[in-house]
Amino acid sequence: MQVTSSIREPLITGGKTLKDITHDVSRQVEGKPSLGWLIGLLVSVGALLLGSIALAATLWEGIGMWGLNKTVGWAWDITNFVWWVGIGHAGTLISAVLLLFRQKWRMAINRAAEAMTIFAVICAAMFPVIHMGRPWLGAYWALPLPNTFGSLWVNFNSPLLWDVFAISTYFSVSLVFWYIGLIPDFATIRDRATGFRKVIYGALSFGWDGAARTWSRYESVALILAGLATPLVLSVHTIVSFDFATSVIPGWHTTIFPPYFVAGAIFSGFAMVLSLMIVTRKVFKLEDYITIGHIELMNIVIIITGSIVGIAYITEFFIAWYSGVAAEQYAFINRATGPYWWAYWSMMTCNVISPQLFWIKKIRTSIIATFILSIVVNIGMWFERFVIIVTSLHRDYLPSSWVMFYPTWADVGIYLFTFGLFFTLFLLFAKFFPVINMAEIKSIVKSSSVRTNK
Amino acid sequence: MKENKKTYWKGLEQLTNETDFVKNADQEFPGYLPINSNEEGGPSRRDFLKMMGFSIAAASLAACEAPVRRAIPYVNKPVDIDPSIPNYYASTFYSQGIYASLVVKTREGRPIKLDGNNISPINQGGVNAIVEASVLSLYDQQRLTGPYINSEKSDWLTLDAQVKANLAGAGNVKIVTNTIISPSTERTLQLLSDSIGGAEIITYDPVSNYGIIKAAEIFYGSAVLPSYNFDQADIIVSFGADFLGTWISPIEFAKDYSKTRKISKERPEMSRHYQFESNLSMTGANADYRTPIKASQSGLAVLALYNAIAAQAGGVSYSSPAVEINHLDKAAKELLANRGRSLVISGSNDPNVQVVVNAINDLLGNNGTTVDFSNPSFYKKGNDVNMNQFVTDINAGRIGGVLFYNCNPVYDFARGAEIAEGIAKVKVSVSTNETMDETSSLVQYVAPDHNYLESWNDFNPKSGEYSLAQPTISPLFDTRQAQESFLIWAGEETTYYDFLQENWRTSFFDTQAVVSDFQQFWDISLYNGIYSIPRESSAISAVGDPSVAAAAVARTYNAAGEGTELVIYTKVGIGTGTFANNPWLQEMADPITKVTWDNYLTVPQKWANDNGLRMQENNTGMANLTIGGTSIVLPVVVQPGQAMGTVGLALGYGRNKAGRVADGIGVNAYPFLEVTNGFVNYDITEGVTVELTSDSYAIARTQTHETYMGRDFVVQESTLPEYKDDAFAGRYRPRIYKDGEFVEPSNISLWQGHKYGQHHWGMAIDMNSCIGCGACTIACQVENNVAVVGKQEVLNRREMHWIRIDRYYSSDGDPDDLKAMEKAAENPEVVFQPMTCQHCNNAPCETVCPVSATTHSSEGLNQMTYNRCIGTRYCANNCPYKVRRFNWFKYHDNKDFAVVNYPQNDDLGKMVLNPDVTVRARGVMEKCSLCVQRIQSGKLTAKREKRQMVDGDVNVACAAACPTDAIVFGDMRNPESRLTNLLQIREDSLSFLKEVNEERAYHVLEEINTSPNIWYLTKIRNKDKSEA
Repeated sequence: MQVTSSIREPLITGGKTLKDITHDVSRQVEGKPSLGWLIGLLVSVGALLLGSIALAATLWEGIGMWGLNKTVGWAWDITNFVWWVGIGHAGTLISAVLLLFRQKWRMAINRAAEAMTIFAVICAAMFPVIHMGRPWLGAYWALPLPNTFGSLWVNFNSPLLWDVFAISTYFSVSLVFWYIGLIPDFATIRDRATGFRKVIYGALSFGWDGAARTWSRYESVALILAGLATPLVLSVHTIVSFDFATSVIPGWHTTIFPPYFVAGAIFSGFAMVLSLMIVTRKVFKLEDYITIGHIELMNIVIIITGSIVGIAYITEFFIAWYSGVAAEQYAFINRATGPYWWAYWSMMTCNVISPQLFWIKKIRTSIIATFILSIVVNIGMWFERFVIIVTSLHRDYLPSSWVMFYPTWADVGIYLFTFGLFFTLFLLFAKFFPVINMAEIKSIVKSSSVRTNK
Repeated sequence: MKENKKTYWKGLEQLTNETDFVKNADQEFPGYLPINSNEEGGPSRRDFLKMMGFSIAAASLAACEAPVRRAIPYVNKPVDIDPSIPNYYASTFYSQGIYASLVVKTREGRPIKLDGNNISPINQGGVNAIVEASVLSLYDQQRLTGPYINSEKSDWLTLDAQVKANLAGAGNVKIVTNTIISPSTERTLQLLSDSIGGAEIITYDPVSNYGIIKAAEIFYGSAVLPSYNFDQADIIVSFGADFLGTWISPIEFAKDYSKTRKISKERPEMSRHYQFESNLSMTGANADYRTPIKASQSGLAVLALYNAIAAQAGGVSYSSPAVEINHLDKAAKELLANRGRSLVISGSNDPNVQVVVNAINDLLGNNGTTVDFSNPSFYKKGNDVNMNQFVTDINAGRIGGVLFYNCNPVYDFARGAEIAEGIAKVKVSVSTNETMDETSSLVQYVAPDHNYLESWNDFNPKSGEYSLAQPTISPLFDTRQAQESFLIWAGEETTYYDFLQENWRTSFFDTQAVVSDFQQFWDISLYNGIYSIPRESSAISAVGDPSVAAAAVARTYNAAGEGTELVIYTKVGIGTGTFANNPWLQEMADPITKVTWDNYLTVPQKWANDNGLRMQENNTGMANLTIGGTSIVLPVVVQPGQAMGTVGLALGYGRNKAGRVADGIGVNAYPFLEVTNGFVNYDITEGVTVELTSDSYAIARTQTHETYMGRDFVVQESTLPEYKDDAFAGRYRPRIYKDGEFVEPSNISLWQGHKYGQHHWGMAIDMNSCIGCGACTIACQVENNVAVVGKQEVLNRREMHWIRIDRYYSSDGDPDDLKAMEKAAENPEVVFQPMTCQHCNNAPCETVCPVSATTHSSEGLNQMTYNRCIGTRYCANNCPYKVRRFNWFKYHDNKDFAVVNYPQNDDLGKMVLNPDVTVRARGVMEKCSLCVQRIQSGKLTAKREKRQMVDGDVNVACAAACPTDAIVFGDMRNPESRLTNLLQIREDSLSFLKEVNEERAYHVLEEINTSPNIWYLTKIRNKDKSEA
């Protein structure tokens, strides 16, 4: 049983009993879909369908549908990829790292954060496949499969191959971790359900019996998976950053990238969790579970990671100057003052300046301000990847090949497609899966019968 | 059981105890029955089942309908044609001044590639872009497939009967043609002319040099075009003559010029080249000293030079308005110091200017050395005066019949519109043009000629120099060689082939004493492609004097013209527009502006700044150009080096009956040409106004950044005096600090290196010789089936060329001010840097490919495996040279690209494809392969001949085409190779990293240690000191 300090704010407010928790969470799963949810789903599926036109056109006609060219070989595709992967970092960080650090406040948000991770990684993983010239071959040629082509094997030197391993490992571990956590809650819903729903949730809950031995195993597995997932939080974005760091292009060839990318990923992941949870708690009336306290804690993580990212930006500039390498110096001057200056300064404003507002307590405890800033942060993080990828490539070593990149409707359409996919999946999750880990959160409800009226 | 005493014999054999029987008696089955195995090699039961299975499968598969590809096997294989083995035939290209003796490569009876004929004393193995690309015109769908009468398809019998009858009865027939340098063709035309009562042959050239011919007549008394010997000139002064790109015989001149631009420590000397011109021409871009002048000053500049030289050399000076022209005095001084070894030329078509030029060369003693009137050349014979008279006559209805022999004056003569009207007034009009162009679509009879690759012909480009053309493919269509038509219409019985041979027998056979049998003489000439009659050059003496001309020049030119002047020029790729329907040429970036698929008004940079015009990437403005009364709206390109007060416009565009590729591209500048005293004038100095409109225009340039930003790791250049002091002049040699000392970047590496076996291929590119002409780009495109992508895709920055020429302007900007460094100087120095795959030994592309689709060969090549490529484009991103090209779309067999990329789309166009090179699929990366198919074929040849490869067995397409030998390809492991000697590769070089002693040789981006196999030699300008 949870022992809560009398001077520390309770993590769950509203004097919830264990029954209240079950009821509050299961209510969404059992009730009729709300109008807001239906409208949300309609918009998401609409975006998905609209975006799929761009996806189909790309697959049918070729990558030429995008704005890429001889000099800029990656732009929105890999920007979106890194952006979504970054967003996908928060879930595992919250559920695994914070589990190991015994941060109990994570319990209210880890379920949704993990779901977000999985959906974000699905969106991210789409890009490495569709950005290929020949995805119908590349989708499996990039795997080290035994083959009939003789001694043909993948190139283990290539960071892109490391990406394949990193992303797929991360995705599978996250998925298992998430699902293991869902099992007791599915059982809860199963126990309350009747008819066809009972069968479905029964199957999903893998015959959970709630025995002490089952709980013990559950706890062990969760801890082991947390241990496995923790290094992945660091490794995935480190490896993604190797795509750039191991290359020879000025602006990419930078050893600071791994920590800088990981910090950026956590930064954007927390921002995305905030954007989603602020809406979810309102719509599903979960204010007692996801409290201002949660939001404030997450905002503090954003200040820290935002500052790390800011320092990384400044360090890059310093090193460019300090290296004395003309091409490197130009790459950075060009970022700030070249034709894409607006992207750079959008990035700086959104990522470095705006999170600093969270030093002000009033802002970091304001729902509206947090919601707006969380979106601003994700805009900034998208620009960060755009700046790294496009402004480094568009003016590299030989001035004869310097070009501009302009996105086409297909670039925008595919980005829209991933939004549609992400929100469709998230809305389906929110409706049919328990959005808060009931089983876990019950462990932090005050045990005394005194109702806390806070 | 009771013992049975009886013995039953199995047979009589048992009774007689035969050995064979006894041996097998105790076996139930005889050993030879195929039961267990077939150890003895006979067919087994399993074999039987296998055979049966196969038969059934094969029979059922055979029953399916296999797709029938139109591959028709030879019933009787021609002796000379072996599938996959190319045949080579000597032939000749000539069109409007551009002459090249060729070796035509044919595969399975199809010409697919043209290389220069190395033994030709004229083009000396060089070609240019137009010649290279001309093979595609053979497979152009626009070609007429048979004769036409009044735009209706007809047959030759009908046409011949009508043409013969009508021409004979027409009265006052004129035969209009571009310059003909074929002696036999001239004779057939003469026969035709005689047969119809003396038809006059009128020769004109779209770009006329009649001024030079007329000046020769005035000054020397003989109306000829002289031969120019650039290789003997130490000082070259050119007034607006683009002799490396478009003027008279550019391939020959480029070849000769390049010989004076090769320098080494042993011979640190090169020619000095002054250029005075309005537009920045490719030649001007190569000049050591270039001065922009207004067209209206050009005559006075020539006269001022004459006066400066006459004052020293004892000639008569003529009064002339004073004109201030930078570098002119310096040029005069140096010309005088190099008498007999200097050359002054002018691109003007004004005979008065050319007379003064003759007088200058005469005073300098160049007559007979660098300018040779005793051995005239015949590249241009057009007579503007006659042609203008013809236009006047045809409009006045004084002409009864007209025959256009492979010329298109309705399009490419200044008064084309008048000719179009006039054609309707003649009784009979005939054309032999290959396509239904602007002229042939107006005539009654079109008797389409063969393409030159289907024809027999002979050529006489220069006095004493002859060459032959032979058919390299049987005629694709129901066309007929024009000379054959002339013979038929003249009533001759002979074929043109016999006629040609007969002509050679009577004209040339006796000029040699090597062989006594004509057939042998003919075979040798045909095999060589060329035949030369030795000759001497001598100075011919002047009969005229330049006083009249000088007075005319002083009168007609203007020292300080105020108005805007239009200088009309021709582009290196499109030329006069004859080959405009060739997508390779349309997509070839102009050497200077790097624009494809368009013509445009080039305006001075300062003018653009004053008028608020800025080119942003591929966006530019449009201008309203008014000349006299006519107005035209066209895009504008800001051109550094364009003389203030002038604008430039290229000929060759604005065609409307060229074909699907060229129609509607650009504007036609021919109607703007002025006719002055019967001479076509390309400099319009009066009545020109240019006003910017508010419209913007997307202009497809392959390079939009003008300067190299002071990056000496990209371009390394110096001047000749500095080079003489220190052969390392201009070199940037990065050193990296490691373990207490500064070392070369190549000494620091994570890599193990490669092991090369027999060969290590490499290349050296001499930036001092490269003139930027783009022949390499087109040669590579032909050789390697490089796709054409069209204007929109060039706008999208997706051109596919495997070798490009980077053109950089110098900047006046402060090196620390990066924004200022982006701006070209007002009159910049220009550097050309051919850029292709560097075949790095530490290739950044190879490490990043996830599927190992790009790998290193055991001979130093960086190879692309198209089949394996999944198209992540990581390699292209990581290529610091940006030479990798991605197939963004399916460019072959795709209706979206059917027009621009017809070599990969229609059946006819596909005949030009090189069968040794894959046509790349959508979604794969491609790039320079260092012509691996040529290397392979060279290796196989050597192997078949059981010998070691020797230098020269293999040459890559770009190096072979290069008219200035700027590109040298070879085996760096062969100590004898030209490349090894040029670079002076150290014998103690590590096995894979070559170290060189040649001071000028450098790697682009040496400091990132990609360790390329391509070396560049520094650009050395022959200037007294560095200046922009």
